[in-house]
Amino acid sequence: MSGHSTYEPKTGIERWLDTRLPIVRFAYDTALSFPTPKNLNYWWTFGGILALMLGIQLVTGIVLAMHYVPHVDYAFASVERIMRDVNYGWLIRYMHANGASMFFLAVYIHMIRNLYYGSYKAPREVLWILGCLIYLAMMATAFIGYVLPWGQMSFHGAVVITNLFGALPIIGTPITTWLWGGFAVDNPTLNRFFSLHYLLPFVIAGLVVLHIWALHVPGNNNPTGVNVKSENDTVPFHPYYTVKDGFAIAVFLLLYASFVFYNPNVLGHADNYIPANPLVTPAHIVPEWYFLPFYAILRAVPDKLGGVLLMFGAIATLFVLPWLDTSKVRSMRYRPTARLYFFIFVLAALVLGYCGGQLPDDPVIAQPSGLLLLDADINSFVWLSRIATLYFFAYFWIILPVLGLTEKPLPVPESISEPVLSHPATTPAGAVASPEKRG
Amino acid sequence: MLRKGIALAALGLAFLGSPALAAHPKPVEREVAWSFDGPFGKFDTAQLQRGYKVYREVCAACHSMHLLSFRNLGEKGGPFYDPEYKNPNDNPYVKSLAKDIQVPDIDSDTGDAIQRPATPADRFPSPFPNEPAARASNGGALPPDLSVIAKAREGGPNYIYALMTGYRNPPAGLTVGVGQHYNVSMTGDLTSAWKGDHHKVPPGGVVAMPPPLADGKVTFDDGSPSTVDQQAKDVAAFLYWAAEPKMMERKQFGLGAMIYLLIFTVLLYFSYRRIWRNVAH
Amino acid sequence: MADTVVGATPDPHASGDDPSRRDFIHIAAGAAAVGAAAALVWPLVDQMNPASDTLALASIEFDLGKVEPGQQVVVKWRGKPLFVRNRMPEQIAAAVKDDHADLRDPATDESRHKPGKPEWLVLIGTCTHLGCVPTVGGGDYGGWFCPCHGSHYDLSGRIRKGPAPKNLVVPDYAFLSDTKIKVG
Repeated sequence: MSGHSTYEPKTGIERWLDTRLPIVRFAYDTALSFPTPKNLNYWWTFGGILALMLGIQLVTGIVLAMHYVPHVDYAFASVERIMRDVNYGWLIRYMHANGASMFFLAVYIHMIRNLYYGSYKAPREVLWILGCLIYLAMMATAFIGYVLPWGQMSFHGAVVITNLFGALPIIGTPITTWLWGGFAVDNPTLNRFFSLHYLLPFVIAGLVVLHIWALHVPGNNNPTGVNVKSENDTVPFHPYYTVKDGFAIAVFLLLYASFVFYNPNVLGHADNYIPANPLVTPAHIVPEWYFLPFYAILRAVPDKLGGVLLMFGAIATLFVLPWLDTSKVRSMRYRPTARLYFFIFVLAALVLGYCGGQLPDDPVIAQPSGLLLLDADINSFVWLSRIATLYFFAYFWIILPVLGLTEKPLPVPESISEPVLSHPATTPAGAVASPEKRG
Repeated sequence: MLRKGIALAALGLAFLGSPALAAHPKPVEREVAWSFDGPFGKFDTAQLQRGYKVYREVCAACHSMHLLSFRNLGEKGGPFYDPEYKNPNDNPYVKSLAKDIQVPDIDSDTGDAIQRPATPADRFPSPFPNEPAARASNGGALPPDLSVIAKAREGGPNYIYALMTGYRNPPAGLTVGVGQHYNVSMTGDLTSAWKGDHHKVPPGGVVAMPPPLADGKVTFDDGSPSTVDQQAKDVAAFLYWAAEPKMMERKQFGLGAMIYLLIFTVLLYFSYRRIWRNVAH
Repeated sequence: MADTVVGATPDPHASGDDPSRRDFIHIAAGAAAVGAAAALVWPLVDQMNPASDTLALASIEFDLGKVEPGQQVVVKWRGKPLFVRNRMPEQIAAAVKDDHADLRDPATDESRHKPGKPEWLVLIGTCTHLGCVPTVGGGDYGGWFCPCHGSHYDLSGRIRKGPAPKNLVVPDYAFLSDTKIKVG
C-alpha cells in the first residue's frame, strides 16, 4: 500500500493470479514485507493483540448466537443452557464474556501508548480518528452485549444508559421511546439489541481494515517519534514483528486464560445472575469496569443534561486531540514536562475508574468532613470525581495546547538508528558488519 | 456466638476502613475452606450428596431450582456420578431419585393436568405453580430460585454458609417486624430499625425466611453428624455445584491450556530472541 | 524480502549458528501455534452437536387402544413423525405374500413387527429418499406413498417402487403391556 511492492510471484499459478487479482501481493506487502521501524517496544504489540481479540469475539459470538434466544422469557435460561447443556458452551461463553474485558484492557493500553508517543500527530490524524471510531463502536457493542443475558444488571444498565438520551431537550423522550420500541426496556428492546450486537462487530472489523490502511500509508510511529529516514531504520514486518507480536500475544493469552478457567466471573457482577426484574433495582448499580471512568464523569455533574454532555464530551475530545496538541515533538521521551502531566492524566483516569465503582456520597478518607460544596461533602467520591474530571479535560484542552508552545523539549535524535548506534552496549558486531546497510 | 459475631464485625470494620462506619456496618462474612477452592479444587462427592439431601428435604419445600434436571445429578462431577453410566439418563440411582418425586404433566389422552413420577430428563419441580402463589404462601416474600444462587450473591457459597448460620436473637433496641428474622450475615441496613447508639448499628439485616436448619433435621446416609454447621456447609457446596456444574471440567481443561500456553510462550520467546539477535534496536 | 532488510542481518537464516536448533525452535513455535488453533476448533465444532438436554429427551409411551383396526395414528417422536398402524388380517397376509417378491431392500414381514404382534406396525414416518412424510394407504401396494418424488411402500413399509433406497425404518420400541408400547 505504500511505496513499491517487492513481491515477486514464484509459481505459474501465482503469476496467473497476480495479473488478475493481486491478493497475494497485497497480503505480502501489508503483512510480510511491510517496512516497520526496528525500535518498536512491547507497547506496540497491542495492535496485534487487539486484532486477535476481535477475531476471538467474532467467532465465539457467532457460536453463542446459535444457542441464544433473544426473548425476555428465554434469554436468561438460554444463556444458562449454554453453560450447562451445550457441548463446551461454558468455555465459549466464558471466553466471550472475559474476552470483552480483555479487549478493553488491550485497547486502553493501545490508547495510552498512543498518547505517550504522540502517535496521533500528523500525518496520522485519520489513523487516530478511525481508532476513536473503533473504540466508540466497541463501547456500543459491549454495552449492548451486556444486556443480552437479561440479568438484573443487564436490564437496569440498559434502563440507565438509554435514559441518558432522555436528557436531551425536546427530542429526548421520542428518542428513548424509539430506542426501546415501547414505554420501557422490554422484549422489543432486547430483540433489537441482539440484532445490533451481531451487526456492530462487523462494523468494527470494517473500521479495522480502514485503520490498518491508514496505518500503512504513513507507516508506524515509533518510540522516538522521529520519522523513518532510510531503510536503515526498518525491518520487514515478517518475521521480526510477527514473532514479537506472537510472543506478546501468548503472554496476553496466559492472562486471558487465567480469567476464563480460574476466575470467570470475577470481572462480572453477581447481580447479573439474577434474572431481570423490572420491579426491583439492584442496591448498587455499576457498569462493567471498562465504563467506570465515564460513569464517574457522568455522576460528577449534579445536572442530568450536563452530566450526559460532559460524558460524551470526554469521548468527543479524543477526536479533536490531534489539533489540540501544539507540540512539534511526538514522543514524550523528549518532553519531560509534558511527561509529568501525562502520568498525572493516567492517574486521573484510574482515579475516575475507581470512583465510578464507589457510592458517590461515601467519604474517600475517614469521616465525612461535614463541609458541603455544591450539594456534596468535599470528602466524597463525587468531589474526587470532579477533581479528576477537571484534570481530564484540562489535560486535553489547556495543558497540551499551552505546553506545546511554552515547554523546552530535549534534543530529538536525527534518526531512529542514531540513538541505537550511539549506544555501544546494544550494538552487536553483526549490525555494522553487514555492508549493504550503509546504503 | 452473637458477641463473637459482633466482635468479628467490629474487627472487620477496623480493617476495612471507615466508609462502612459512616453508613452502616457490613454483614458478617465467614470463610470456609472448600474442597473446590483453588485451581485444582474438586467437588467432594459425599458432601454434594449430603447437600442434595438437605436441599431436597428442607430447601425444596419453598425454593424452586428450575434450571436443574435430575439427570444433572448423575453427570460427571455431580453428586451421583457413576463412571459405569456415562449417560446420566441410564444411571439407576438417579432414576430412583427422580421416581420418588412427582412432577406435573398433561395427560396425553385427556389433556388433564396430572402428576407423574419424574424421569432423569425432567427438571426439578417447583414447589409453587407461579410467583403470586409462592408469595402468598410465604408472607409476601418470594423464595428465590436456587439454580444459580451461588453465583448470584457476592461471596457465593461462603455467603450461603454465613446466612444459614447467621440467625441470632435480635439485640435489644432492634425492631424486627412480624414475619422477619434477624440475621447477622444478611445484606441490608438496620439503621432505621435501630434505637440504640447511632454509631453501633448491628450488622446484617432481616430476612423473611425463618431459620431453615436445625440440629438433627436431616439424617445423613454416611453417618456425618447432622449439625446446623454441617448442613449449612453441605448445602452451600451443593448449591455451588448446581450453579457451576462444569467447574471441574473447566479447571481440568484450564490446566492443560495453561501448560500448553506456557510452553508456547517459551518457544516463541526463544524464537523471538533468535530472529532479533543481530538487529540493533 | 532481503533488500528491504537494512540495519539488520537481512536473512535470519544466514548466520553461522547451528542450523538444526535454530530451525527447530521456529518450527516448534509455529507448530505450537497451529496446535493451539486446532485444539480450539474442536469445541467450536462440537458445540453444534446435540446438547445434553436434547440427548436426554424422554422416550415416549403410547397407548395402542387409540388405534382402530385398519387405521394409522401419527405421533411426534424426537421431532419426527412416528407411524403406528393397526393392520387388518388381509393386509398382513398381503405383506407376508410379498416376502419373496423382488425387493430392493429385502426383509421379511416377520422381521418388521414384534413376535406375536403382526397387526402392529411401528415405523419412523420419513421417506428414506429425502425425508418427506409419506401418506398412508396410497401407492401401488396399499402401504404408503410419498408425494414428493413418488416412492411406493407396501403394507410392511418396504420400498417397492420409486427413488427411495431403503424400507421405512423400524425404531427401537418395546411392548410394556398388550396395549402399551414404549418407543426409544
